[in-house]
Amino acid sequence: MSKINLVNKLLSGLHMTGHRVIEQIWRLGAGARLFFLTLTYSAESFRRPHLIVREMYFTGVMSLIIILVSAFFVGMVLALQGYNTLQKYGSSESIGVLVALALIRELGPVVTALLFAGRAGTAITAEIGLMKATEQLSAMEMMAVNPISRVIAPRFWAGVFSMPILVCLFSMVGVLGGHLVAVAQIGVDVGAFWSQMQANVEFADVTDMLIKSFVFGVACTIIALFEGYDAPPTAEGVSHATTRTVVTSALAVLGLDFILTSFMIVA
Amino acid sequence: MTNNIVEIDNLSFGYKGRLLHKGINMVFPRRKVVAIMGGSGSGKTTLLRLIGGQIKPTKGEVRVEGQVVHQQDRDGIFKLRREMGMLFQHGALFTDLSVFDNVAFPMRELTDLPESMIRDLVLMKLNAVGLRGAHTLTPPELSGGMARRVALARAIALDPNIIMYDEPFAGLDPISMGVICDLIRSLNDALGATSIIVSHDVKETFLIADYVYFVANGEVAAEGTPHDLMQSTLPFVHQFVHGEKDGPVPFHYAAPDYQKELMQNV
Repeated sequence: MSKINLVNKLLSGLHMTGHRVIEQIWRLGAGARLFFLTLTYSAESFRRPHLIVREMYFTGVMSLIIILVSAFFVGMVLALQGYNTLQKYGSSESIGVLVALALIRELGPVVTALLFAGRAGTAITAEIGLMKATEQLSAMEMMAVNPISRVIAPRFWAGVFSMPILVCLFSMVGVLGGHLVAVAQIGVDVGAFWSQMQANVEFADVTDMLIKSFVFGVACTIIALFEGYDAPPTAEGVSHATTRTVVTSALAVLGLDFILTSFMIVA
Repeated sequence: MTNNIVEIDNLSFGYKGRLLHKGINMVFPRRKVVAIMGGSGSGKTTLLRLIGGQIKPTKGEVRVEGQVVHQQDRDGIFKLRREMGMLFQHGALFTDLSVFDNVAFPMRELTDLPESMIRDLVLMKLNAVGLRGAHTLTPPELSGGMARRVALARAIALDPNIIMYDEPFAGLDPISMGVICDLIRSLNDALGATSIIVSHDVKETFLIADYVYFVANGEVAAEGTPHDLMQSTLPFVHQFVHGEKDGPVPFHYAAPDYQKELMQNV
């Protein structure tokens, strides 16, 4: 009897695992479909750029405070930690390079994307999910207005355009935070701080940062939009969707960062 | 041009293995107010979604202006929908737009009218539902009845030939209910449109409908003028019209024997 129970439990576990895998594949396909539909129906958004600008205000401008404050603290911590290590090797003047490269190559795009997913991504998911729950998207369809071109596409491009700007601002403010700690607090030579940074940060580092921020912008925004569009039209459904937005975006950003960094280092 | 603007022919629809409609036939003559009534979960709203082409039938067809809805491509369906206006159960107003912008929305999206003309048209539509003075308010500032009236103004923004109402009286106080009731009839007559009302409010619906279909168990259980149906001796219609607790629609959900269930742990 116990053997039969064990077999049943194993089979049930296998069945549940299979069910979850199929569900995740289905969601991946549905997400890809929404992505391609968004690209297909984007022309309308570019014909009416005020729709994108309006959404950039909500996704980009409204995320500025959390992103700039975080950048300032990240830059200061980097300078403290970096100085602590570099002074052991007598190269504390290189602190400016360390702060700048760490921010431009990695922390700028990754931390900004994680903060963006938490601030703007959840807001997008909740908004779209509630629009669906209150039949606003159905109403739009019944008016012969395509919700993908009117609601989804402007938010998608707003997220994609906002992310590189936010990453640039994050990196700049981070460097200023590092400067405050390294120069004003620790006493590193201000000329060495800036000249070493200028000499060692290459144009390719900045283009790599922009490529990463663009890819993260696409990933975070489409995940947020898909979770909202796919959310069951209930309070619980929208709540789960916002949670999934943060978790999926964070994993996607970290995974994509590794892949992109691998290609950039090889190149 | 046929006399019927909408025709439902031998329509069946089901999902997840459950057949919601089984061979339904209905016609909606031009310029009439036709009601679809039935209990909760009888598939009344689904019929509106089938007419609007939001879902496809399993069998049979819905024809709007003589065109089979589910055979249209996306552009064809959007073209048909421009002839329709729909009032959703809770209004479905866009919460990020003001009352004025909600009513202006279909005009701005679907026409090239200049803004000055849109302004005049919006004020006319809002005046028709008695809310011209509320055009600067936002949806959260409106009562349920006001939201329903704004949604009605939006539904008639482009002077549709067909106006569909999904539970227009649900959750309204008696005054708002009377106002909506009057508006449905008067707007239908003024616009020369055809109105399709989905409701389970017998009193209000019978006041304004020219013809009524009763849907039960996936079929048309009865049909006729409100007067005919009030006199009907069909058990289902009698129970529904007079709001009786028990009858063909049982009070109790299907359950095992009451006594056995109570005694099973003794």
